[in-house]
Amino acid sequence: MSEQTPGGESQVPSAQPLTPVATEPEAAPDGGADARAGLLSRFMGSSAGRNLGLIIALGVLCAIGAITAGERFTDVGNILTIVRYASIIGVLSIGMTFVIIGGGIDLSVGSVLGLASVVATLTAVQTFAEVSWLLMVLVAVLVGVIAGIINGVVISYGNVVAFMATLAMLVASRGFAEILSNRSTQIVRSQDFIEFFRSDFVGIPVLIWIFIVVAALGWVLLNRTTFGRRTVAIGGNREAARLAGLQVRRHTMYLYALSGLTAGIAGVMMMGRTNVGTSTHGLLYELDAIAAVVVGGTLLIGGRGTIVGTVFGVLIFATLTNVFTQNNLNTSVQAVAKGVIIVLAVLLQQRFAARTKRR
Amino acid sequence: MIKDDHQSALLDVRGLTKSFGGVRALKGVDLSIAPGEVHVILGQNGAGKSTLIKTLAGVYTPDAGEIRWQGEPITIANPVAALDLGIATMYQELDVVDGLSIAENIFLGHEIESAGFTRTGKANKAARQLLARLGHGDLSPSREVGSLSPANKQIVSMARALSRNTRLIIMDEPSAVLDSEEVKNLFRVVRELTAAGIAVVYISHRLEEIREIGDRISVIKDGRSTANGLAVAGTPTRELIRLMTGRELENDFPPATPVAAGAPVLLEVENLGVRGEFEGVSFSVRAGEVVGLAGLVGSGRSEILEAIYGARKPTSGSVTLDGRRLSPGSVRDAVNHGMGLSPEERKSQGLLLGEPIYQNITLSSFGRFARFSFLGERAERTAAREQIAALELRPSDPDRLAGTLSGGNQQKILLARWLVHGTKVLLLDEPTRGVDVGARAEIYALIRRLSAAGTAIVIVSSEIEEVLGLADRALVIAEGKVLASVNASEISEHDVLDLVMEGSAA
Repeated sequence: MSEQTPGGESQVPSAQPLTPVATEPEAAPDGGADARAGLLSRFMGSSAGRNLGLIIALGVLCAIGAITAGERFTDVGNILTIVRYASIIGVLSIGMTFVIIGGGIDLSVGSVLGLASVVATLTAVQTFAEVSWLLMVLVAVLVGVIAGIINGVVISYGNVVAFMATLAMLVASRGFAEILSNRSTQIVRSQDFIEFFRSDFVGIPVLIWIFIVVAALGWVLLNRTTFGRRTVAIGGNREAARLAGLQVRRHTMYLYALSGLTAGIAGVMMMGRTNVGTSTHGLLYELDAIAAVVVGGTLLIGGRGTIVGTVFGVLIFATLTNVFTQNNLNTSVQAVAKGVIIVLAVLLQQRFAARTKRR
Repeated sequence: MIKDDHQSALLDVRGLTKSFGGVRALKGVDLSIAPGEVHVILGQNGAGKSTLIKTLAGVYTPDAGEIRWQGEPITIANPVAALDLGIATMYQELDVVDGLSIAENIFLGHEIESAGFTRTGKANKAARQLLARLGHGDLSPSREVGSLSPANKQIVSMARALSRNTRLIIMDEPSAVLDSEEVKNLFRVVRELTAAGIAVVYISHRLEEIREIGDRISVIKDGRSTANGLAVAGTPTRELIRLMTGRELENDFPPATPVAAGAPVLLEVENLGVRGEFEGVSFSVRAGEVVGLAGLVGSGRSEILEAIYGARKPTSGSVTLDGRRLSPGSVRDAVNHGMGLSPEERKSQGLLLGEPIYQNITLSSFGRFARFSFLGERAERTAAREQIAALELRPSDPDRLAGTLSGGNQQKILLARWLVHGTKVLLLDEPTRGVDVGARAEIYALIRRLSAAGTAIVIVSSEIEEVLGLADRALVIAEGKVLASVNASEISEHDVLDLVMEGSAA
């Protein structure tokens, strides 16, 4: 899989028009309206068209950044800072995209990220990990997956509403992380681990590479595999999927396990960025991830969404933060702007959903 | 006579139409309600009864048509406007708030208050009077509604209707949640209401009830009035069924190939039952045979199919598919061993409306086209194209979205799905509902072709003629019981109806 990495970056936007999930339904069943709709709406209906809004939004933000902050914004270092900043939320958002397309929600990812970082930095783990720091990574990822499986089992087989089940996991795993760490911050002792996450590859920081790889794999998984097809089918019409013989419960569980996996990976990235594991890691990250996914055009009711959209959603928020920081505007103003963007995106989405429903 | 009717009518509706997106739910409905009568509206599922009710209740705004209230042309802009006029609606899914008390529910939206403070004592007293009027003085107004039985919730809903100056109460299948004793009480209350000059619109498809309570009947079929204000007493049941199911369009059924003498039994249903739905259903279907389940809506037909398929967990009995006993309640098991279901509600149970045709066709088999879990979309499209050509599915572009197709073509998608998957036993629930006449003939021909190729088929349809025309053998079902298993060519539609009526009455 790793040989796909270099190609992953360019592959994402170029192959996107083929994705079946992003094609917008034609509004009216009668042929006349189709003909009248013409090229423009055809284009707007295609995935490129649907992502056009996101591209424009990102472009406008960049233009504002370039005008107001000049070189400080356009500098390559700054651009990398933006993406580096975005990468951890970005990885969470990829898992979240699957869960939401499948008709669910995962509120626990931020807490699970924190728990994963705590478990991985426990003295016992680190002592073992002296053999290879990859063991530490493995433990963190495993914690994420286990938490995800628990979410999935409770939701799928316990018939608990996803919102409540993952809210419970949010609270519980944060608490569990506090118990394990005794509320103290634990330092990563492996110098190799610290070095690895500080390093660049072809001029691009490792954190960004991880985001790129996760996003590319997520894109392939959603658009090119049976797993992705099942996800879209179950989110689009759960009953139809069930009656067609799909194993809806089991697949739903997998979706939460996947989200847990990305939370574990994000936990490792967090340790790499801060060199510590603490129960406060990832606080409120679930909300940033959900916001990015929704702004990226994924329908909260499920059945429709794209990885590319999510990546744009993540980048838009990260760029916004950077533009505000470069202009020395405080975080409160930034939060208000974020709120406005989320509401605008959801308003647009509802218009779209209403059109879909009427058919 | 009609003119008189027009003048004296409490509510008079002419040419009402309503569309949702491209779907025309009401295509021209006439209705004339006189004060103090029980006016029954009859129609099959999907005929447009609910849309009509909701239009009169102000939930939907009609596209065209005239509504007169006591002779005056009106528009009912919203539910409050309807209530202000004096039209109250009791919906099937009772619209009471479980967490509030009986009195709070009754006066919901027009609370008894002074200066913004609710007057609980006063409201309780008024509620008690209303309940007493409905023969339920025993219910305490302060009791929480969530703890009540469905029958009592209905009483609350009715009391709410009476708490306003109501002239017309619309009851949507009020007897559906009641047992026979409770139905008697309901009828007593209805008679009291009408004696006081209040008109009742009563929706039901239980024909025997209609005989007992109704004064006049209007029938709707496919969004259109087929009868308006017939006197209940003078209209034979057979006539009502004809109006409801529509026989003016004679269908041609292609001739059946006789089932081969040595054809193996592919589906064996033994003593199947789901508690509270149906019981003791046993039959077998041989390769190339078509078995039809005939009965009215609500007889348990669809439930039987769902239980065979595993979509509903049976509480007794077993299903054997080509010699293998299926694990009960597992759709997966049924599908894996070669069973397919085309469900009753195509849109909500069958299709991914926002996805292309080919993905809908391969929904049960896309895994087979994949290599190491990577989708084989090219192969999927090819397989879909073959089916599109074979079934003459239009449009023929496999990438068109399923939601944009007509009912007949959507039905073909579901058939194509199971053809691609390769099923031995096909269960078809209402395969021609919402399908126009031309496409119907094509679907009939397709069913024939499938059975000629050795598929065992079980078909359910509200149109008894369709069941008899397509099936080799018909099971007559009423109230969740199989009344008869007969050779389809040896029984007439009338015989089936007689059987059904007897069964329902018993």
